[in-house]
This record gives sequence, C-alpha cells and structure tokens, in this order.
Amino acid sequence: MDFTYTQDQKSFRDAVRAAFMVEATPDVVREGWEHASGVAPALEALIAEQGLTALSVPEVFGGLGLSDTDWALLTQEFGYYAVPDALLTTSYPAACLIRELPDAANRQQAWLPALSEGRLSVAVGHPLSPLVGDADSADLLLLWHEDEVHAVWRADVDITPVASVDPSRRLCRVSWNPSSASRVADAGAGRELWQRLADRMALAIAGEQLGLTQRVLDLAIDYTAQRKQFGKPIGSFQAVKHLLADVAVKGEFAKPVFNRAAYALEHGHPNAGAYVSHARLACGDAAWLAARNGIQVHGAIGYTWECDLQIFMKRIWALESAWGDAAYHKARVADWVLADGAAGPGVTFA
Amino acid sequence: MDLNYTPAQQAFRAQVRAWMRENVPGELPDYDTWEGFEAHRAWERKLGDSGWGMVTWPEALGGRGCDLIEWLIFEEEYYAAGAPLRLNQNGIFLLGPTLMEFGTDAQKARFLPRMARCDDMWAQAWSEPGAGSDMAAIRTTAYRDGNHYVINGQKTWSTRARWADWIFGLFRTEQGSQRHHGLSYLLVPLDLPGITVRPIRQLNGLAGFAEIFFDEVRVPVDNRLGDEGEGWAVAMATAGFERGLMLRSPARYQATARRLAALYHAHPDAARRDPALRDRVAAALAATEAYALSTYRTVSQLQAGGRIGPEASTSKIFWSELDLALHEAALAILGKEAELDTPEARRWMEGFMFAQAGPIYAGSNEIQRNIIAERMLGLPR
Ligand SMILES: Cc1cc2nc3c(=O)[nH]c(=O)nc-3n(C[C@H](O)[C@H](O)[C@H](O)COP(=O)(O)OP(=O)(O)OC[C@H]3O[C@@H](n4cnc5c(N)ncnc54)[C@H](O)[C@@H]3O)c2cc1C
Repeated sequence: MDFTYTQDQKSFRDAVRAAFMVEATPDVVREGWEHASGVAPALEALIAEQGLTALSVPEVFGGLGLSDTDWALLTQEFGYYAVPDALLTTSYPAACLIRELPDAANRQQAWLPALSEGRLSVAVGHPLSPLVGDADSADLLLLWHEDEVHAVWRADVDITPVASVDPSRRLCRVSWNPSSASRVADAGAGRELWQRLADRMALAIAGEQLGLTQRVLDLAIDYTAQRKQFGKPIGSFQAVKHLLADVAVKGEFAKPVFNRAAYALEHGHPNAGAYVSHARLACGDAAWLAARNGIQVHGAIGYTWECDLQIFMKRIWALESAWGDAAYHKARVADWVLADGAAGPGVTFA
Repeated sequence: MDLNYTPAQQAFRAQVRAWMRENVPGELPDYDTWEGFEAHRAWERKLGDSGWGMVTWPEALGGRGCDLIEWLIFEEEYYAAGAPLRLNQNGIFLLGPTLMEFGTDAQKARFLPRMARCDDMWAQAWSEPGAGSDMAAIRTTAYRDGNHYVINGQKTWSTRARWADWIFGLFRTEQGSQRHHGLSYLLVPLDLPGITVRPIRQLNGLAGFAEIFFDEVRVPVDNRLGDEGEGWAVAMATAGFERGLMLRSPARYQATARRLAALYHAHPDAARRDPALRDRVAAALAATEAYALSTYRTVSQLQAGGRIGPEASTSKIFWSELDLALHEAALAILGKEAELDTPEARRWMEGFMFAQAGPIYAGSNEIQRNIIAERMLGLPR
C-alpha cells in the first residue's frame, strides 16, 4: 500500500514543469489565441521535444509505453500552465485509444511512430463531447458512431468552428459519413475502447483542474501579499485568508481522489469509471471555488482582460462540463456509493 | 503507487476481524454515564489484555509494534465490527504519540502500558476560561518548590475529566512569562489534594466535560514531559497528529456512512419527495471515501519519511465538516421524525449534536484556516 509517486515520475514532472515555466508563459498562451490552432507554434514543438508525444506510445512503435499514473502528475502541469488541450489529447487519450485498437497493427504502424514524433495530431469526437476539440487543426479524427470507432482524415470531414469563452479552445462541429472503410473497431470492441477513452479524457481534465486550482491559488497569494489597502497587504486580512484557505482544503482533498482514479484506470479496476467521476467532481469543485475566490481577492483588476487570471478562470469554466457534465459524473458516483456494500469501513481498496 | 494490501496486511486484517467477531460487545450505554463508563473501561481492558489497546506501540509497552497502515486496517475492522468508541482516545491517540516522542524511557514504561489497558484514564487540560482559541493566554501556574511543581488556577472543557485518573496539559511554570514562553507540559493525577473536578453538562444533557480547579496542588517534577519552559513546543509537535491523523480515523466516518446509506435505502419516500437528497447523500458518502484516501496518502508520506506539516489543518476542517454533512443528510432523510426521541432518530440527533462540536474543538476551524493561510500558503500575518 503506497500512495506516493516514484522518483522517476516526479523527476519527469519536474522537467516538464521547468520547460513550461519558461516556454508556456501567459504571454505565450495569449499568443496562441491569435493562431488558428489556439497554440503558439513554439509550444507545439516543445511538447514533442519534451518527449510527451512519445509517452503513451508502446516501445515497439518508438515510444515509452507508459500509462495513466505516469500522466497523472503531468496533466496537472498542463493545467497549471494552461497549455491548450489539443496537445494533451493527442499524446495521452488518443494515443492510448490507438494502441488499444484490436487487430490494427498496420494502422498502429502508420500512426503511432508519427504521433510519437509529434508529426500526427489526433482529435476525438464522442457523444459526451459532441463538439470535437481541435478538429480543425488535427490530422486524424477518431469518431464515435454507434459505439464503433471510425478514423477519418480531416480533409474528409466538414468542420464548423464554434467559439468558446476560453480563447485557447477550438471546438468544432464535424459532419462526416461513417463507412465500413472508416471503421477501425466494431461496436463490441468499441464500447470498451470508448469508455476508457472517455475516462482518460475526464481524468486528464481532472488533473488539469488540480493544476489550475494551484495556479489560481499561487496568483492570488502573490497578488494579495503585494497589494496594500488600509496600510497593509490585503493578504493579512482574515476574510481574504479564509477564502484562499477554503480553496487549499478542497485542493488537498481532491488530490488523493485523483491519484486513486489514475491508478484504477491503469489497472483496469472495475470501479475505475466511478473513481474517475469522483475525481472530476472533487477536482472540478476545487477549481470552481479557486476561480470564484481567486477573482474576489483580486478586486477590479481581476475583472480585466489584461490580468492573467482570466486565462486560468476561463479554462476552469470551460472544462467544468467537458467530457461529462456534473449530471453525468454525479450519476456515476451515486450509482457506485449507493450500491449495496459500497459504503463502510474497509471498503476503500476492496 | 501500489494500492493493494500485502498478503501480510490481509492476514492482519483477517486476524483483527476474527478477534472482533468473537469479542465485540453489544451496544454499551453512553460513556458519559457511570454505567457506560464502567462498561467501556471493561472493554478497553479486554482490548489491552489482548494487545489491541494501541497497536502501533511496541509490544513491551502494551502494543503490537504495528505500522500505520496496519493501524488503519485495525481501525477499519474495529468500526466495521460495530465496536464501541474509544473511551481513552485522548490518552492513546494524543498523549501516547507525544510520550513516544518526548517521554523518557521511565515515563513511557510508567504510563503507556497502563494507558493501553485503560488502567489510567486520561483527559486533556489545555483550555481555561480565558484561554480557548488563544491557548498561549494560559494562566494556570505551576511554581517550582524543590522536586515539585505547585499548581494554582483553573482548566475547563476537559473531556471525560469526570471519569479520568490523570490529565495532561500546559501550565505556566515560569513566573511572569508571556504567551507561549515559560509553559511546561505536565501530567497530573486527579486524586491529588487541592483538585476539584466539577462536571459540566453538554448539549445532550450528560456531563461529558468538566472544569478542574487547582489549589496548591503538588506534582512531582518527574511528571513533566519534555524540558521545563518548552511545553509549547512539546504540545505543538503532536498537534498535527491530532488534527491530521490519529484522533479521527476514517473508519469512524465510514461506519457513519454505512448507516447513512442504509437509512437512505430504508426511506425511499424521502428521496422521492426531495430529488436533491440522492445527490446530497452520495456527496457525503463520496467525501467519506475522499477522507479515507487522504488518510492513506498521509500515512504513505509518513512511511516514506515525510512529516505532517500545516496541511494537517486541512484535514481537521475536512473531517469536522464531513461529520456534519453525514449527519445533516441523515436528519434530512428523517424529516419530521428527526426531532423525536425514537431509537432511530435519537442516535442520529446525538451524532448531529456532537458534530456541532467538531468545528470548535481541536483548534476551531477558523484557527485552522488561519494556520493554512499563514503556514501553508505563506500569506502575511
Ligand atoms: C465537545 C468539546 C470538547 C472539548 N474538550 C476539550 C478538552 O478535553 N480539553 C480542553 O482543553 N479543551 C477542550 N475543549 C475546548 C476547545 O479546545 C475550545 O472550545 C476551543 O479551543 C475554542 O475555544 P473557546 O471555546 O474558548 O472559543 P473562542 O476561542 O472564544 O472562540 C469562539 C469563536 O471565535 C472564533 N475565534 C476565536 N479566535 C479567533 C481568531 N483569531 N480568528 C478567527 N476566529 C476566531 C472561534 O473560531 C470561534 O468560532 C472542548 C470543546 C468542545 C466543544
């Protein structure tokens, strides 16, 4: 029984953090807003340089063959630096879906090495997320059709962008015609593949929410320590302190829920889906409160376009219902905790 | 990360389960009555005699030499079996770890084995009429007279002091000292001349705590834990343990969660009438799991060589609010019946009343938020 991450996992996280700190500054995120892809080109290149695109690709295809707990810490860095989701989606849930496709050695051979090297970007569309994120910049789209998995090239679909409150996000309506040629997994296999894909998307978002919580907290701490009113830093006022302490409590208690979800997903635990939903609710609550209390302690400056707080708040608001809204995640959690024998001492790791 | 129990841990669980199945008594009267106190004490003796008094202590001191994961497993099986609340919890969970860290070998040998069997029942004596949240305002003095301290003053809100044999707390041993300086951590038998214990009735009508008056009470210097004048540091060193880990093991709330789930299923009409109820119950049950997960995380970190820092304060807030949420959900299910003295409602109402105290004792939640803001987040004082 050990809830800690390995030294390797932490070192990798530290390396990614160090790179993002320099390369994924708020200015770079803002620069991305001006690009069609929502991402500054330098940042896109960085993801491959850091080896992130190779992480989930099996070793036989030139990747590292790692999995969910290895991603768990990294997703928080994506959130902390508000790195646009396209990069995460390709490298993690989409790469995992491709590697899990049954009888698809040829496609895997064609796609995974390219994905690993950062030459293939993938978008995914599913009823939980009917608007496909980054479809307009992706090379390949993996799309749900009656539980089947279909793979289509961007040139073969019609794309209509739909603006999001978060200027980094690129959501698209995609029209396309499923055919037997585009089908890469039938409904039998597809059901499970899609469930794991959706759970990985949700887990990645939960990790981002944790990172975003910490980022907003850090911005608020810096600001309230430096801004003075009544002759004192506003961070010395108890009302301000308690707003931020409440965020810290929610964040602290969302982390172990998130970690357990990642572990369960990696090991195919039968409750993995419910655990992921629990993580989404806990991390989402923390992030939502961070945004709410974060702007409150900033005062009017927090209400401006110029203040970087908006980058992180808007990501929090946008992610709240992405890949499963509260109704979806609450239902999965309720079905789990209200089942016979699910509550009680000693059930946690049963 | 490895979220599986080892075969040895599973075997340990089976061993605890088997022992509990054979030995756990039926429901005992409330431990804040004489009858209940005696019954709980007899249970504690039985636990102690079988080596289950405090499993994390070394065998030579009345324990079993278990690690903290095994302690969590023990707690889970203990509460799963419906075993009684721990009468001597302030001794075993709060003073015990402090003695382990600061006690001399002689003090450990003298106090711990007796504590494990509840031969000595312990109460905490920090609070005074003028020193609640502001504990550094303690005024009860203990002046030195040769090999003795002589105590004068008053402590209050001392839980179960009416039944206790001993108290532990902070006393001002340096005359004229201010705030957290000049305090010493003393262990005081309650049968000494000059001590008056006056019970105070709590919300449920029972005398669950007491005030204690000291009039020239002579305590041997050997009863001091840690150095003279260093009592504050001794008390603070283990405060994190209280808030963050030992005092409220998750199993206790999981037992409440199990009862809440059963109550919810037994009242389908309530959920039909209030569609928000399902969400509320599910949220409280999920939060209970979050607390359990968090505790395993804390224990993992401790076992990897970490220490409990100011984040223990987040734990204190979480468990006290969790206890409220569980009981509030239950009262909402019971509806009109909640106020009534029926067997089902009474137990929930009692628990609900006790849950009101959680955000107050062990350092109020406002004080915890101050600690989080200043020591964990680094906001200016
Ligand atoms: C059931 C129960 C059992 C107890 N058992 C024991 C025991 O065994 N031994 C013992 O020594 N004590 C015990 N206590 C006492 C407990 O430790 C105190 O109640 C607690 O420290 C608060 O002190 P107070 O009651 O004097 O409240 P106060 O300190 O007067 O606080 C009243 C309110 O003011 C708020 N407040 C105070 N200062 C601040 C501040 N700086 N910032 C923001 N808000 C503030 C508090 O948070 C609280 O909401 C027990 C209390 C209860 C309820």
